[in-house]
Amino acid sequence: MLTLDHLKLTFANFSLSADLVVPIGGITAIVGPSGGGKSTLLSAIAGFVQPSAGRVFWDGADITQRPPGDRCVSILFQDNNLFPHLSVSQNLLLGLRRSLRFESGDEDKIAQILDKVGLSGFQSRKPAALSGGQQSRAALARVLLGGRPLVLLDEPFAALGPALRDEMLDLCAETLATQGCTILMVTHDPRDAARVAGQTIVVLDGVAHAPAETGPLLADPPDALRTYLGG
Amino acid sequence: MARSVVPVNGTLRWPGTIAVGLALVFLFGPLIAVLWRAEGLASLSRADLSAVWFTIWQAAVSAVVSIGLAIPVARALARRQFRGRQVLVTLLGAPFLLPVIVAILGLLAVFGRAGIVNSFLGALGLPDVSIYGAHGVIIAHVFFNLPLAVRLILQGWVAIPSERFRLAAGLNAPIWRVLERPMLASVVPGTFVVIFLICLTSFAVALTLGGGPRATTIELAIYQAFRLSFDLAGAATLTLVQIAICAVVALLAFAITALDAMGRGLDRVVARWDGSVWGDFAWITAAALFLLLPLVMVILRGLPSILELPSSVWVAALRSVMIAMVSAGLTVALALALALRGGWLVVVVGTLPLAFSGLVLGAGLFLIVFPFVNPSNVALPVTALVNSLMALPFVMRALVPSVAQVEAQYGQLADGLGLRGWARLRIVLLPRLRRPLGFSAGVAAALSMGDLGVITLFATGDRATLPLEMYRLMGAYQMQAAASSALVLLGLSLGLFWICDRGWRIDADA
Repeated sequence: MLTLDHLKLTFANFSLSADLVVPIGGITAIVGPSGGGKSTLLSAIAGFVQPSAGRVFWDGADITQRPPGDRCVSILFQDNNLFPHLSVSQNLLLGLRRSLRFESGDEDKIAQILDKVGLSGFQSRKPAALSGGQQSRAALARVLLGGRPLVLLDEPFAALGPALRDEMLDLCAETLATQGCTILMVTHDPRDAARVAGQTIVVLDGVAHAPAETGPLLADPPDALRTYLGG
Repeated sequence: MARSVVPVNGTLRWPGTIAVGLALVFLFGPLIAVLWRAEGLASLSRADLSAVWFTIWQAAVSAVVSIGLAIPVARALARRQFRGRQVLVTLLGAPFLLPVIVAILGLLAVFGRAGIVNSFLGALGLPDVSIYGAHGVIIAHVFFNLPLAVRLILQGWVAIPSERFRLAAGLNAPIWRVLERPMLASVVPGTFVVIFLICLTSFAVALTLGGGPRATTIELAIYQAFRLSFDLAGAATLTLVQIAICAVVALLAFAITALDAMGRGLDRVVARWDGSVWGDFAWITAAALFLLLPLVMVILRGLPSILELPSSVWVAALRSVMIAMVSAGLTVALALALALRGGWLVVVVGTLPLAFSGLVLGAGLFLIVFPFVNPSNVALPVTALVNSLMALPFVMRALVPSVAQVEAQYGQLADGLGLRGWARLRIVLLPRLRRPLGFSAGVAAALSMGDLGVITLFATGDRATLPLEMYRLMGAYQMQAAASSALVLLGLSLGLFWICDRGWRIDADA
C-alpha cells in the first residue's frame, strides 16, 4: 500500500498536507478545485517534488528520497508522454530498460502489449503520425510494459473528447487494474471518478483527505466539496 | 496549478565542470603569462599611447557612424513591405559569418585605388580617395557593423506595439517624439557598446587597412611587437592594456543590456501613416548596395581564375577546413557540456571570451609555449583552440535556451523513466538538440574558417591557413590570386555553415 505519512508540501503561497493510506489495487481518483494541489500531490508521490516534511512509503519501504526513475512508479502527464523522435516501439522499450537496444523477446512483448491497447502494427510509427487518442494508448502501453505496481495518471486524457476519454479510462481500468496495479488518477470531472474509481481522495483547502468510497462521497459530499461540484 | 516543481537534475554535470575548468585555464592562463612578462604601464612608448588612442577613437567613430546610418535603414525596413525584404533581413545576419579578409578584398574592389568609386571620381576629374588608413578601417567596420546595428535597432522598432502607432496616428501625435525617440534611447546605448567592443578587438581590419603612426590599433601594435621587433615584454604590456580596456567595455555591455541579434520576429511590418516611400527605399537601396557590392565584386573578380590558383592555396584551404572542423567539434562539445551543467559559473564562462580577443589569447599562449617549442609547430592546434574559445559565447547563446526548453518539455518524462546521465544525453537530449547543435557547429566552423588573428602570430612558412595565405597574396600584390582565394574562402565558410546547419536537420522530427 501507499502511505503518505504526515506529508507536507510547501511552496511560495501554497501548502498541502496529506496523511493517508491508499490500499493496493484498484483505481483511486483525486478530485478537487484546480490550483488545489492535485497534480502537486502526484508529483510528490512520483518524486518530482521534495516534501518539506513527512515521508512516502510504498509497500513499507520509505521512498521519500528516491529519484523518480527508481520509485516503482509510472506516471502519465497531461502531455509530452512520448519522445517525438523515437518510434512507438522505441518509446515502449524505454518502459523496460534505459537503453534503445532491443533484446530477444522484446519485440514479442511489445507486439502483445500494442495488441492489448489496440495499436497492433504501429511499432515503427513516430508519435507525430498518431492521433491524440493513439498517443494516449501508446503511452499507456509503455506503462503496462514497464509493469511498475503504482501508476499515477495526471489527467493524461484531458485533451481527448468525452467519448474517447471514457474509452481510455475503461481501457486503463481493464488493463492496468487487471495487472494488479494501484492507480491514482487526478481528474477535475467527478464523472470520471464515478465511472472507474472505487475510492476518491478529495484535495481541498490545503488538505488531501483520506480516500473514501466514491459513490457515497459524490452522493452526499461535504459542504466545501459540494460548493466545488456545484450540485 | 501550483507547478513549482523542484528540478530533479538528471543531466550530466561533471563534463560541464571540466569544461568550466578548461575554459578558465585557457582564458586566464594566457592572461597570467602576459602579466608575468609585462613591464608595467610606465614602459608604454609614445607610439603605444597613440595606438591606445586610435583604438578607442576608431571604435567610437565606427559605432557612431554604423548607428547613424542604421537608424534610417531600420526605420525604412520597419515600415515598408516589399518583395525580397525577408531575404535582405536574413542577409543582414550574414556578415557575422563572412571572413573579414574576404570583405576587405571586396571593399578594396569598390573603394580601393583601382576600385569602382575611384574610377567614377577619376572620370569626373575628382581626386582619388584612399581606403588605407583611418577611414579605411572605419569603412570596413561600418561594413561589418551596420547590418548588426540595423538588426538590433529593427528589433526595437518591431517591438513597438502596432496599436501605439494607430493611436499616435489617430491623435496626430508626433511619432518620433512619443514612440521612436524613447525606443531608440533604450536600444542605441546597448548597440553602441556592442559595436564599440567588436571594433576594439577587430584585428584583421587594422592589419590590412591600417598601419602607420596614425592608424595602428593596440592589437596591430602587439602583432608588430611579436613579428617585427620581437619585443615580448612590450607586446605583453600592450596586451594587458587591451585586455583592461575590453574588460571594462565588456562589463559595461553586460550591465547595459543583454542584446540578442539572433532574435526572431524581424519579419513583422508595422502599418504606418508617415514618412516618404522614396526616402525609405533610397536608404534601403543604398544600404543594400554598400553591403552587397563588395561581395559581388569578390565573386566577379575571383571566378575567372579560380582554376589557376597555386596549389599552396588549396593546401591552405584544406588546413583551414580541418582546423574549422576540429574547432567546431570542440566548441560544440564545450558548449553542450556547459549548457547541461548550468549555473552562474557557466554564464561567466560563456560571456568572458567576449572580453578577450583571439589575438590577445594568442599572444598569451605564444608567451607560454615560446620557451619550450617553436610556436610555429603548434600554430594549428593553438588556432583551433583559440577559435573555439572565441566562438563559445555565440554558440552558448543558441544552445543554452534549447537545452532548457528540452528539459522543460521532456525532463519529467525522462526522470520518470529513470533516464539519467549518458543515457539521457543519448536518448533524449542529443536527438532533440539536433537543430541547435547543427547551427552551433556551423557558426563555430564558419567563424574559425574565416579567422585571421592568432594564426598571424604563430604561423611561419608552410603552416598558413587560407585567410593567412590570402593575406600574403594581397601583400605580394597578387590580386588576381587573392580574389580567387577569397572566393574559395567565402564558399568554404558559407558551405561549412550550410552543411552543418542543414545536414543535422535532415530527419530531425519536430
